[in-house]
Amino acid sequence: MLAVSMTVNGRKVSREVEGRTLLVEFLREHLGLTGTHVGCDTSQCGACVVHVDGASAKACTLLAAQAEGTEVTTIEGLAKNGELHPVQAAFKEHHGLQCGFCTPGMVMSAVDLLKRNPDPSETEVREWLEGNLCRCTGYHNIVKAIRAAARAMAG
Amino acid sequence: MYDFAYHRPGSLEEAERLLSGASDGALVAGGMTLIPALKQRLASPSDVIDLGGIAGLSGISEAGSTIVVGALTPHAAVASDAVVTARFPALAALAAEIGDPQVRNRGTLGGSIANNDPAADYPAAVLGLGATVRTNRREIAADDFFTGMFETALEDGEIVTAVSFPVPEKAGYAKFPNPASRYAVVGVLVSRGPAGTRVAVTGAGPCVFRSAEMEQALAGDFTAAALDAVTVAAEGLNSDIHASADYRAHLVGVMAKRAVAACG
Ligand SMILES: Cc1cc2nc3c(=O)[nH]c(=O)nc-3n(C[C@H](O)[C@H](O)[C@H](O)COP(=O)(O)OP(=O)(O)OC[C@H]3O[C@@H](n4cnc5c(N)ncnc54)[C@H](O)[C@@H]3O)c2cc1C
Ligand code: FES
Ligand code: FES
Repeated sequence: MLAVSMTVNGRKVSREVEGRTLLVEFLREHLGLTGTHVGCDTSQCGACVVHVDGASAKACTLLAAQAEGTEVTTIEGLAKNGELHPVQAAFKEHHGLQCGFCTPGMVMSAVDLLKRNPDPSETEVREWLEGNLCRCTGYHNIVKAIRAAARAMAG
Repeated sequence: MYDFAYHRPGSLEEAERLLSGASDGALVAGGMTLIPALKQRLASPSDVIDLGGIAGLSGISEAGSTIVVGALTPHAAVASDAVVTARFPALAALAAEIGDPQVRNRGTLGGSIANNDPAADYPAAVLGLGATVRTNRREIAADDFFTGMFETALEDGEIVTAVSFPVPEKAGYAKFPNPASRYAVVGVLVSRGPAGTRVAVTGAGPCVFRSAEMEQALAGDFTAAALDAVTVAAEGLNSDIHASADYRAHLVGVMAKRAVAACG
């Protein structure tokens, strides 16, 4: 067992974990933050995407120990003072989800995109979502939601 | 995944010591290959040694006519680096086409070439540009580094620290990506510069290789048309569910021409 410490959604946390404990297990099982999903567990689907020091990463392919000392943001950390993040609000408004399983990863991935590229074209959004799979929506409304969020965030 | 002892050394010396002291030690950089392999129990090391805590292994610097990329530099950093995009756009473009954004945020140059996946992109850049691999012990020329399928010249305990790329006059990369993984079904990097005229092919065979015929054709006339005269033999190329050897041979020709065209 080893002690790992990091900041998750602004809160400092420390836990004893095994070397093999994945970041996604740490978040879900040790911290009870079950918003981050596990879809494939093979680095393909993006349901587990969180931000590590501001960059999106697949939490199923990262050891908790590798995230020592970092700032991690999960889907639970996006809303501020009870108000949805503009990307979350846009997914709701534009029906960017059906079953919702892929949604936390989609939203976290999209937030990273808009930080790097505040006004992405449709093609750029689709290319960025290469690592996020959705079995329900056909992506169309997801792309629409992300572009609407970009406009909302530009004010 | 079996459990292991996790270590996060603060220096290369400490990493070496941990590696030589472990009964079966594995280095981890981005973890994009190692962690899936651990989950599938393809690897079950006693000790995992994380290079992420060692200062100075990540970053890009310009040294005269070479660009030096630290082993721990993630693909996303290479893709967006101002120096690389200005002086060496082919390398930035290659890095930008690896996997997906999350893989590019974590996966590293050192991990990619140490792993030497037959379908990985970076081996084509290192070989196709005549780069030099720097380790904790020595410098290894690209021509000597990639020795076979998932095999390299790295010895036990050897750690890649950086790759030094001579800046080419011209370079272009074109790949036919697997639509699911984005790994190269076939990828070709062509270049002309201090290391001569070079053509490196990844994805097609068991290990990245140079095409002497194409290099000869391009040395005289660096145009896509010059490659019309070259036929690529299917013998020795990979056949799998993604593509037959014949189809791969055909793609090598097409990607090589596109790579020349991409040189602008
Ligand atoms: C979904 C997905 C899609 C991908 N698509 C592509 C693609 O399109 N093209 C492509 O080229 N790659 C692709 N990859 C691979 C990715 O690019 C990583 O670069 C690659 O997995 C290895 O880098 P890493 O830093 O993650 O290495 P790790 O997984 O940490 O390590 C890989 C191996 O290298 C060894 N190693 C790591 N660093 C060093 C070092 N400095 N010195 C010596 N040995 C070292 C480790 O011990 C291990 O054996 C993909 C991966 C995933 C998960
Ligand atoms: S659960 Fe992590 S990528 Fe699918
Ligand atoms: S909404 Fe069901 S998987 Fe995307």
